[in-house]
Amino acid sequence: MTTTLLFVQTLNGLQFGLILFLIAAGLTLVFGVMDFVNLAHGVQYMVGAYFAAAFTAYTGSFLYGLLLALPATLAFGLLLEVLVFRHLYDRDHLDQVLATFGIILFLNQGVKFVWGAAPLFVPVPDALSGSIQIMPGLLYPVYRLAIIGAGLGVAALLYVLVNHTRVGMLVRAGATNAPMVSALGVDIRRLFMVVFGFGAMLAGFAGGMVAPILSVEPGMGDNLLILAFVVIVIGGIGSIRGAFIAALLIGLVDTLGRGFAPALLRVVLDPGDASQTGRAVAPMLIYILMAAVLFFRPSGLFPVKR
Amino acid sequence: MADTLDAPISAAVRPKPVLRAHLLPLGLFLAFALVPLVAHYGGEGYVLSIITRVMILGLAALSLDLILGFGALVSFGHAAFLGLGAYAVGILMAHGVEEAGPQLAVAVGGSALFALVTGAISLRTKGVYFIMITLAFGQMLYFLATSLSAYGGDDGLTLPTKSLVFGSDLLERGLVFYYLVLGCLVASYALCRSIVASRFGRVLRGTRENPVRMQAMGFDPLHYQLGAYVIAGALCGLAGFLLANQTEFVSPAYMTWQRSGELIVMVVLGGLGTLHGAIIGAAAFLILEELLSGVTEHWKMIFGPMLVLVVLFARGGILGLARGRSRD
Repeated sequence: MTTTLLFVQTLNGLQFGLILFLIAAGLTLVFGVMDFVNLAHGVQYMVGAYFAAAFTAYTGSFLYGLLLALPATLAFGLLLEVLVFRHLYDRDHLDQVLATFGIILFLNQGVKFVWGAAPLFVPVPDALSGSIQIMPGLLYPVYRLAIIGAGLGVAALLYVLVNHTRVGMLVRAGATNAPMVSALGVDIRRLFMVVFGFGAMLAGFAGGMVAPILSVEPGMGDNLLILAFVVIVIGGIGSIRGAFIAALLIGLVDTLGRGFAPALLRVVLDPGDASQTGRAVAPMLIYILMAAVLFFRPSGLFPVKR
Repeated sequence: MADTLDAPISAAVRPKPVLRAHLLPLGLFLAFALVPLVAHYGGEGYVLSIITRVMILGLAALSLDLILGFGALVSFGHAAFLGLGAYAVGILMAHGVEEAGPQLAVAVGGSALFALVTGAISLRTKGVYFIMITLAFGQMLYFLATSLSAYGGDDGLTLPTKSLVFGSDLLERGLVFYYLVLGCLVASYALCRSIVASRFGRVLRGTRENPVRMQAMGFDPLHYQLGAYVIAGALCGLAGFLLANQTEFVSPAYMTWQRSGELIVMVVLGGLGTLHGAIIGAAAFLILEELLSGVTEHWKMIFGPMLVLVVLFARGGILGLARGRSRD
């Protein structure tokens, strides 16, 4: 019984971690390459979910909806880059935090203006609905497995892109020393745009993927943004590998913590106190983890060498 | 020779900026003091409650400006202190302690202690990592508050009464409370102003400009930054105490990261590193919110782009704009 529960929670944690990774990957690149604090990355996830929901309703197919949402979020990200973000690259972090905070306010309200305040629901596509038995007595929804598969696939794709292509090489070089890359004759502005658009699209993809299992609502990106920041700070800013490991770590710690903290505390406390304290401690776990990591490794687990 | 040259110049030039530097804050506080008289002829309760809120959040923004403007410490978890101060009132009230004295002591002392512990850890990190670790501590407190089911959990808790002053319900009277808040604001402003002007403040500003050089001069930047962090936390705890008393309600919503973001917005909107700018920023933010939300429920769609425009085109905030125009 407990092992089954543990297994299910581990899968849930993995799925959550991979979604986090999709968001954090773009964030850490934008941050690492451009030294740009983009608080508006979370709303790009939200916008992706809304696009997916809208296009799914329009075409009647989740697959087409998701496929249409990708270029839409890409275009949307590039639009934001041209309108606002490129004017902020040479500003200090405080200005960037403020301006992107303004964009959060605008877009959270903007989706309410366009689609209404009520959450949108996206049906799970027929081909991926239902559950399959992955262990005796253990059913797991196919769609969640599909998310895990898609997440791992994108992670592998990113690995190849970043480590074995020319653009990836420039991105890595940019994360280490952007002015030097620029001095070597690379159009750094265009590189920034590519990285930015790609990051926005990844976040939008994450939003589209979770649309059928979460409700699509204004502000849905806000908490994930904070978690994505926790991920990239633990992983080390600018490091895709760090983001991947930290995302899985956060996903698992958060999910398993919420599932098992009360049970574990029952060993040392009486049941009433244990469930009370467990519920209090569980959501704090990842922040405690982050504070501890930063205490011992002030630039994260996998700092990019400069 | 140098003396004779210096004396007339400093006599002629100095008084004006000094006067101007104090004129604006004095005028600001005078305006706050006169609001109840003017409001008497209008919707009194409404105006008073908004301006009281302006002053309370102005106090919180002021405390943030001390570390943000003068220490360049971008704390993204400052609302945690607001929440700590408010919960000190709420929790003590729930246990029957309705007297303001002990509540205030716990609110300010608890905030200072939390600032001391988290500051000692946070200040090990620099730059963006500092932003994120302060955010993490803020989030920890936020989730702790949401899980306190004995004290309302997510929903928060309603206070039975405002704090008592030696057994009397003095604070229930709107005007008394208004001037109490104003008194706290002025006293905190004076405290921050004298801190900034003191040797401690100069070291803090030196650390902002160049920590390595300050260290070479024999100062330990960490101690000064931590000192400022604790003072800022304690002052914000005071603001939390006042906020709980104004709304007679305490909830985790006081310490969301969005609220921390709003405090930063207030400070930068008014003018970073000016102290009274933070109060002006809080006033601008809250009054704008009030006016715009009267026009349309989608006021954030106007406010968000305005914020972006302020960052892009109005460096130095409202005070910077005012200065720039008077110079032309």
